[in-house]
Amino acid sequence: MSEQTKTDVKKDEKKHVFDNPKNVKRVIHALYVACAISLAGDFFIHRHAEHSWEQLFGFYALYGFAACVLLVLLAKEMRKVIMRKEDYYDE
Amino acid sequence: MTSNLAPFAIFYAGALAIFLTQGRLRQAIVIAVPILGALNLFTLDQSMVIDGRVLDLTLSVFKADRMSMLFGYLFHLAALIGGIYSLNVKKSGELAAGMLYAGSALGAVFAGDMITLFVFWELLAVTSVFLILARGTTRAQSAAMRYMLIQVLSGVILLTGILLRYAATGSIAFGHIGLDGSLASLLIFLAFGIKAGFPLLHNWLTDSYPEATAGGTVYLSAFTTKVAIYALARAFAGTEILVDIGAVMTMFPIFYAVIENDLRRVLAYSMINQLGFMVVGIGLGTDLAMNGAISHAFNDVIFKGLLFMSMGAVLHRTGKINGSDLGGLYKSMPKTAFFCIIGAASISAFPLFSGFVSKSMVMVAALEGGHPWVWLALLFASAGVFHHAGIKIPFFAFFAHDSGIRCKEAPTNMLIAMGISAAICVFNGVYPWALYSLLPFPVDYAPYTMTHVLTQTQLLFFSALAFTLLKIFHVYPPELPGINIDSDWSYRWLLPRLARNFVHTFAPLDRGFRQMFRNSVTVLVAVVNRHHGPQGVLARATPASSMVLWVLVLLIAYMGVYFFT
Repeated sequence: MSEQTKTDVKKDEKKHVFDNPKNVKRVIHALYVACAISLAGDFFIHRHAEHSWEQLFGFYALYGFAACVLLVLLAKEMRKVIMRKEDYYDE
Repeated sequence: MTSNLAPFAIFYAGALAIFLTQGRLRQAIVIAVPILGALNLFTLDQSMVIDGRVLDLTLSVFKADRMSMLFGYLFHLAALIGGIYSLNVKKSGELAAGMLYAGSALGAVFAGDMITLFVFWELLAVTSVFLILARGTTRAQSAAMRYMLIQVLSGVILLTGILLRYAATGSIAFGHIGLDGSLASLLIFLAFGIKAGFPLLHNWLTDSYPEATAGGTVYLSAFTTKVAIYALARAFAGTEILVDIGAVMTMFPIFYAVIENDLRRVLAYSMINQLGFMVVGIGLGTDLAMNGAISHAFNDVIFKGLLFMSMGAVLHRTGKINGSDLGGLYKSMPKTAFFCIIGAASISAFPLFSGFVSKSMVMVAALEGGHPWVWLALLFASAGVFHHAGIKIPFFAFFAHDSGIRCKEAPTNMLIAMGISAAICVFNGVYPWALYSLLPFPVDYAPYTMTHVLTQTQLLFFSALAFTLLKIFHVYPPELPGINIDSDWSYRWLLPRLARNFVHTFAPLDRGFRQMFRNSVTVLVAVVNRHHGPQGVLARATPASSMVLWVLVLLIAYMGVYFFT
């Protein structure tokens, strides 16, 4: 998941897992696969649903995705209104 | 053999012992006290009631039932973990404060009446403030003062409510109260609400917890808010408005958490979010919902404690806690990173981790109780929790871009404390039935159904997908130094300025008034001086001879009048 670019810390330092961009790619691809598998579960497992919305195909996947995108976009807007300098209260 | 020692007494005695000892012996006491306390609790005669009389009131210092016993065990566990985590602390004051604080929390959950509750309610505030002051910075000092003011205020409101209720009903019993429209019940509700972090009353928490010491925050996260949850569960179970209040509590903090830079403050916001789930459960009031709220309180103490411990270890080793300063620490602190990820998985309610078996009870209860909108809000908040606590905390501290910081792994005692918490998180997730058997109501709930595992996995994986895509396309807001104003703006910015404006407006007026008064006094003094002063008509000195002369004149005049008539 991480964007590991900075390698100028110490030349002789041992290489860590995510120093190799390939490993980062692997994690991201694993996530894509996991998402696909979990979504495919909707075909095979009859979900017991308490509420009619729940019965929609991929409801939880879509809701989780949309909720997070909305959360981040709204929070970004919020930042414009509520963010202040670190010493705002100290003056 | 049964014991009849009130649980808080052991901790208060322990705090005294901490002051009197040092070195290894003191460390041994820090660990021994919660263990001895727990043994005492095991052997305690649960039907025992310790009564005392004050004036004409009978106070019960100890009264136990299933719910208070569960919180009792939980607080002993939290004190043990917090104690191990703080073993490397040199200051006896901080260790003793932690011990007194844990004792006060135990006193509050075993309080048999409202007056006893009030006493421990205030002691919670007074003892915990030292955990913030111990940080030693000026910021911590002023945060501690604000914390203290608000906490004591909550106690004063509570006492007013208790006294009003006593006057009206003649009872100080700590049982179900409910919002019955009386001022007394409203005040008690409000006092509990302040400590439980109700919206707009929540800001003391996010203001003060991140300013405490590494270990102090771990203690703080365990006790005050959970005592408030316990009090709400005891007195206001089934109070409808709590469902809406709780839903708001789950929603708004996640927005703050996404843009907050101080990672311990992110956790403080996410704490309010978790408290929201419990408040919803208490508001619903059904057996399932109450069990959900209480088991989630248990799990939250452990996994939130674990997350605070991992961030405390980062702060301890690097001296930094802002997301914008950190990153890449998995290289230096791999064990801490591992424990942090377990805490993150637990709070995000991944299958096989503790949050999965407790949070869902509240959500199912919300649907069953006919609150589909609240359920949608909780589901939104669940995705959001994963986003800010599950991904953001470990990602920005341990991964993200490499900050270049190289430090030592966390001290052994901190790793042990984190290890214990992580083990409990996994144990409760894999085998929830141990926790379920301690809950106040019989549990008729199976967390591991195909549907639940599948839907929760979908929700979490696609939340992670959203994070990853937003990050790849650079939509995700970067960590920036800065602070975000919240409701504390009203008393940290607005109120001082209003006061200053008030002074600006009224100072000249006040000066004028005082000048006028001074002028009138001067005039008065002048008048008195003119008439009574040395030259005054009324104070002129006359010689005795002239008086004799005048007496003579009067006598002659009198004689004359007498003679001629």
